[in-house]
Amino acid sequence: MDIVKAKDLVFEYIRRDEEGNVEGISTAVDHVSLQVAQGDFVAILGHNGSGKSTLAKHLNAILYPTEGTVWVDGKDTSAEENLWTVRQNVGMVFQNPDNQIIGQVVEEDVGFGPENLGVPTKEIWERVEESLRAVGMYEHRKHSPNRLSGGQKQRVSIAGVLAMHPKCIVLDEPTAMLDPSGRREVIRAVRGLNDVEGITVILITHYMEEVIHADKIFVMDKGQLVMEGTPKEIFSRVERLKELRLDVPQVTLLAHELRKKGLPIPEGILERKELVEALRNLK
Amino acid sequence: MIRDITIGQYYQTDSVLHRLDPRVKLLGTLVYLVSLFCFHNPAGYAVALLFLILCIRLSHVPFGYMIKGMKSIMFILMITILFNLFLTSGTVLVSFWKITITVEGLKLAITMALRLCMLIIGASLMTLTTTPNHLTDGLEKGLRFLKVIKMPVHEIAMMMAIALRFIPILLEETDKIMKAQLARGADFESGGLVRRARAMVPLLVPLFVSAFRRANDLAMAMEARCYRGGDGRTKMKPLIYAGRDYAAYIILLAYLVISIFLGRWSVMTELLTSL
Amino acid sequence: MAIIVDHVNYIYGQDTEQAVHALQDINLQIPDGQFIGIIGHTGSGKSTLVQHLNGLLKATSGSIYYNGQDIYDEGYNLKDLRSHVGLVFQYPEHQLFEVDVFSDVCFGPKNLGLSKKEVELRAFDALRQVGFPEELFYTSPFDLSGGQKRRVAIAGVLAMKPDVLILDEPTAGLDPKGREDILDMVKRLQQESGMTILLVSHSMDDVAEYVDRILVMDHGRVVFDDVPRQVFSHVEELEEMHLAAPQVTYILRDLKKAGIEVDENATTVDEAASTILQAFGKK
Repeated sequence: MDIVKAKDLVFEYIRRDEEGNVEGISTAVDHVSLQVAQGDFVAILGHNGSGKSTLAKHLNAILYPTEGTVWVDGKDTSAEENLWTVRQNVGMVFQNPDNQIIGQVVEEDVGFGPENLGVPTKEIWERVEESLRAVGMYEHRKHSPNRLSGGQKQRVSIAGVLAMHPKCIVLDEPTAMLDPSGRREVIRAVRGLNDVEGITVILITHYMEEVIHADKIFVMDKGQLVMEGTPKEIFSRVERLKELRLDVPQVTLLAHELRKKGLPIPEGILERKELVEALRNLK
Repeated sequence: MIRDITIGQYYQTDSVLHRLDPRVKLLGTLVYLVSLFCFHNPAGYAVALLFLILCIRLSHVPFGYMIKGMKSIMFILMITILFNLFLTSGTVLVSFWKITITVEGLKLAITMALRLCMLIIGASLMTLTTTPNHLTDGLEKGLRFLKVIKMPVHEIAMMMAIALRFIPILLEETDKIMKAQLARGADFESGGLVRRARAMVPLLVPLFVSAFRRANDLAMAMEARCYRGGDGRTKMKPLIYAGRDYAAYIILLAYLVISIFLGRWSVMTELLTSL
Repeated sequence: MAIIVDHVNYIYGQDTEQAVHALQDINLQIPDGQFIGIIGHTGSGKSTLVQHLNGLLKATSGSIYYNGQDIYDEGYNLKDLRSHVGLVFQYPEHQLFEVDVFSDVCFGPKNLGLSKKEVELRAFDALRQVGFPEELFYTSPFDLSGGQKRRVAIAGVLAMKPDVLILDEPTAGLDPKGREDILDMVKRLQQESGMTILLVSHSMDDVAEYVDRILVMDHGRVVFDDVPRQVFSHVEELEEMHLAAPQVTYILRDLKKAGIEVDENATTVDEAASTILQAFGKK
C-alpha cells in the first residue's frame, strides 16, 4: 500500500513586482510522479531551490497542486473534505526549531496537536508521554523550549507531530540549522521512529551521511525528479551527483577517486568498513 | 536593560496561591484593586493592608523579591508623593524658603503612597504566582461569556500565549542584530534624539523582517498540526475548580462585604457629621 | 604580531546564580596573514572568543592587544578597532536592512566617516571581491537567494577594509554547493589580499581543506592549537568533545591497523587517495 502517491504534480506560482504586476510564472515542481510505500524510509535530496521543500508542502496540504494529483493514504489532498485527515496522517517537521514550537513548556507543545484534534484530556497526557519517550525527551517535559539545544528542540517538534499519531512524517531539512551532535541526535530519533514504530519517514536534506540507510532516495533538480533508487545505486553515480551540485560522502568520493586511478574497487561504497574491506581484499 | 524589569515576574514555588485557579486570582485582583479606591478612612486601609499581608504570607514569595521588582517604578512613586506633599493647600505645617508643607498634603501623600504600593503589590501578586500560560488559560475561560458579543476570546488568548513565547526569542535576536551592526561601525549611543532615532533603522528593519518570517513559519507549523481555531479543541490542562477555589471565592466575598460596609460606613459618618 | 590574547577570562552573568565561565585563561597569538580555523561544538566558547577580538565583549580579566596596543586602555577607539577587525556574524543576512544591495554595503564605510566617493568605491570593490553579479547591485537584498544574501552581508564587512576578517559559521544553513562557494571565496580573499582570516566552524570537513592552523575549543578553553594534520591525529580526544576528524582520517587509521602502509595523518580526499595509491604501488 502506498501511503503517499503523486502523479504528474506541477506547482506554479506567479511572481509579482512591487506594484503587484505579474512579472512571470515560475514552476517550482515540474511533473513529478512518485510513490512511497508504507513503512519505508525515503530521502529526497537536492540543492536549495530544487523544489524539494515545495514538494514536501504538498504532502501535508499546505500547498495544492496546480496540475496533477497527490494522494495521501488513498485520499486526494486537493479535496476539501480530506484536509484534516491528510494533515493528521502526514506530520511535518520544519527547518527552524524556534519557529515551530508553540508551547512555553515542552509537554504543552507536544499536546498542541492532539488538542487541535479534539482528543480527550486523559488520552492527550498518554500520547504526550509516549511521544516524548520515543524521542528521548521525557525528562525535559517540564522545561521551557528556550533553554533546550537545537537538536533537543527538533526532537520536541518531532514528538509534537508524533502525538498526532500520523502514518507518515515529512521532515523538511530538520538538521540544516544544527551542529554535528544535534544532527546525529535528530537522525537517530528519526531512524528509531521508522525502525521501532514503523512510521513512514520522508526526510528532505542535503546532508548525504543522513541518507545512506534510506530504503529509497529521490533526487530533485530544477523542480524535476532526476534520479531515483537505493543509496547504492544513487551514490555509484558520483559524477552525476557532482553535476547536480550535491555533496558526496567522503568515503564514496575516495573510493571513486581510487577507482578512477585504476584500483579495482566496486562503485557505490557508502561506509568506512566497506572501503577498508575492499582495499584489504586487494592486498 | 529590558530584562532588568522583574516586576511581577513569575516566581516558582509551591503555595496555595500558586495552586489556585487563575480565574479566582484574576477576579480577586480585580476586586482588590476596586476596593482600594472605595475607602477613605483608616479602618478601610487597615483591612486592605491586612488582606494583602495575608495573601503575601500565603504566596510563599519572599517579600524582598517583590520589593526588588518595584525598584523600576520607585521614580513614579516618588513623584506622586512629592506632588501631593508640596502642592496641596491647607493648614501650614512647616514652611521654609518657597516650600510649604500642609497637614492635608502630608496626609494625602501618605495615603497616596500607601494606596499605590498596595495597588502594585496586589497586582504583581497575581503574576508572581501564576505562569503566563495559566494566566492566558484563565483569561480565555474566564472571559468566555464575551463570545456572545462576538469577542474573539480564544484568538486573543492564543495571541498572548504566542507573544509570551516569542518575547525572549526576539530579545535575543535584537541583541544579535545590534552586535552585528556595531561590528559594521554603527553607533547607537551618541548624537541627539533625531540621530539616535535614525540609528535605530538598521536595528528595527531586520528585526521586523525576522518577526514576520517567524510569524509566517509559525502559522504554517500550526496549520500543519491541524490548528483551526478554538472550536472543537480539547485541553491538555483544563481548568477545573477545586475545593480551595470555592473557599477562596467565599473569602473574597467576605472581603468584598467588609469593604463595602466600611466604605458605606465612612460615607455615613461623613453624612452624620455634616448634619 | 597583529593580535595577542593574554590570559583572558570571561564570565557570563557574573553576580548571578547562573554564572557561566565562558572563556578560561585564553592565550593566543595571531600573526598577520594566517588562515585560522576555530572549531568547537555549540557552547564551547568559540563565538564568545571572537566577539572579544573586536571589543564587542569585554573580558572579565586579562588583556587583548591589537598591533601592540591594549584595547582596554582608556581612550582606545573601539569603533576604529571594529573597522580593522571585521566580524561577520552567524546568519549575517539577518543584518541587511537597506532598500538595495549597494546601499547596504555602503553602511559600514559610511559609518567610518569617509567621503561619498570613497564609500562607493569601497562598496563596489567589496561586492566584486565576493563575486556578486553587478546587474543585481540595485535589487532589494530581501529578494536574493540565501547564498547571495550571505555574500552581500560579507561584503558589508569587507567594505570597511579590515586587516583581520572573522567569519562565524559562514556556511551554516547553506547547501553543499553554497558551502563550497563561500569557502572558496574566503580562501581566494585570503590569498589575494593577504588578510588574516579566522573561520569559526563546527565542521571539520569544511575547515581541514582550507586553513593553516586549527584552534579546537572545548568548555571555554583552547584544547589544541596546531596545523590540521597534527590536530586530527588526536582522534580519540576529538571524539570525546563530540567533534570528529574528517572521515578520511578514520579510513586511513583503519587501513593502517589492517597492515596497509599509509600516511594516517592525511586530512583531505586528495591526500588520502595519493597515499593509498602509493601503498598499492600505483602512480
